[in-house]
Amino acid sequence: MAKSIAQEFTKGLWAEIPPFRLVLGLCPILAVTKSVENGIGMGIAVTFVLTCSNILVAMLRKVIPSKVRIACFIIVIATFVTVVELLMQAYTYSLFMKLGIFIPLIVVNCIPLGRAEAFAYKNGVLASAADGLGLGIGYGLSLVALSALREVFGVGTFFGHPVFGSSFQPFTFMVEAPGAFVCLGLMLCIMNVLGKK
Amino acid sequence: MREMVKMVVVLAVLCSVSGGLLAALRDGTKDQIENQQLEFVKGPAIRKILVEGAGATNDPIKDRFKIKIGEREESFFVGVVNGKPNLVTFESAGKGFGGSIGLVVGVDVTTDKIAGVAVTTHSETPGIGSRAQTDAKFTKQFVGLPLSGEFKVKSDGGQVDALSGATVTSRGVSGAVTMAAQIYQQAKPQLVEKLKAMNK
Repeated sequence: MAKSIAQEFTKGLWAEIPPFRLVLGLCPILAVTKSVENGIGMGIAVTFVLTCSNILVAMLRKVIPSKVRIACFIIVIATFVTVVELLMQAYTYSLFMKLGIFIPLIVVNCIPLGRAEAFAYKNGVLASAADGLGLGIGYGLSLVALSALREVFGVGTFFGHPVFGSSFQPFTFMVEAPGAFVCLGLMLCIMNVLGKK
Repeated sequence: MREMVKMVVVLAVLCSVSGGLLAALRDGTKDQIENQQLEFVKGPAIRKILVEGAGATNDPIKDRFKIKIGEREESFFVGVVNGKPNLVTFESAGKGFGGSIGLVVGVDVTTDKIAGVAVTTHSETPGIGSRAQTDAKFTKQFVGLPLSGEFKVKSDGGQVDALSGATVTSRGVSGAVTMAAQIYQQAKPQLVEKLKAMNK
């Protein structure tokens, strides 16, 4: 194997951080990053699904015939997404209400399917687990970064606590849909500048 | 041919395993999810009627019981006012403009009069039909009416003032109250028994 397990893990945190480098999973990132709480919740959900589906796909990769592999991946991913959905409903219902449709939509999110196809189907269990965990955490971190930016400027709070004095006029544009695009664009721009060699 | 069989077998096994797993998980979390839904979806409406509206001192979500009416089971939430559990709320539903409207109806068992109604779930047009949930004036008109017979909007020859521009929604809410009256009539004998048992 070319890369070590640790490298597979850390690449998800910077070199292949999903929304900024792979530019995948943008639909939920635009929609749920209104508050840091949502960002963390979504990040955990995606990390769980990604890690579990990567492990399972890697375990089954010798058994799954290549002609029906996509169908198999979707079954695996959908199963884990439903697990997350049920658990969230049972234990963190208020978060579930805020994330709503975006939890079931992880099924059609390109990240788990993309990693299953591009990585887990070709690599071992441990490497796939590290890959899934790394990318999931990377995705979670970018959600948190983006939602922190939007929440701080758009509502004037961080994690529900006010950060500015009472004279602060919230810049509500940031928490609306166009603000999400602008924020994401700026983040991508910064990432590209920083990543330039 | 062998490959075909393999594909079918792999897919079938994978599907049944994941199906079985999810069914087990669903069974395991069913009660917990029901509790959470009561707390977050119906809880606010029930508390609004019993605690804020009528001054109940208990937690109506905890003091609940089920009564079997025909084939169905209805949950009743009890409000204790001045030490007496005389108020109950239960759910009903009507057909609105955009789909089903969920309604919680509170009733005083001693007088059979409506203590309050509140919309829990709906998919009405925002800003028009959705006012059935937010406009206190609309739901307040039901308070004090006896919970029996049929409820109709005024344009249909009834007693309910419709929300302007949202007649269909208002009809849906009225229909839900009518249904609540039917449920109440059927459940009343058992309901009185249960409340008596609670009073001791």
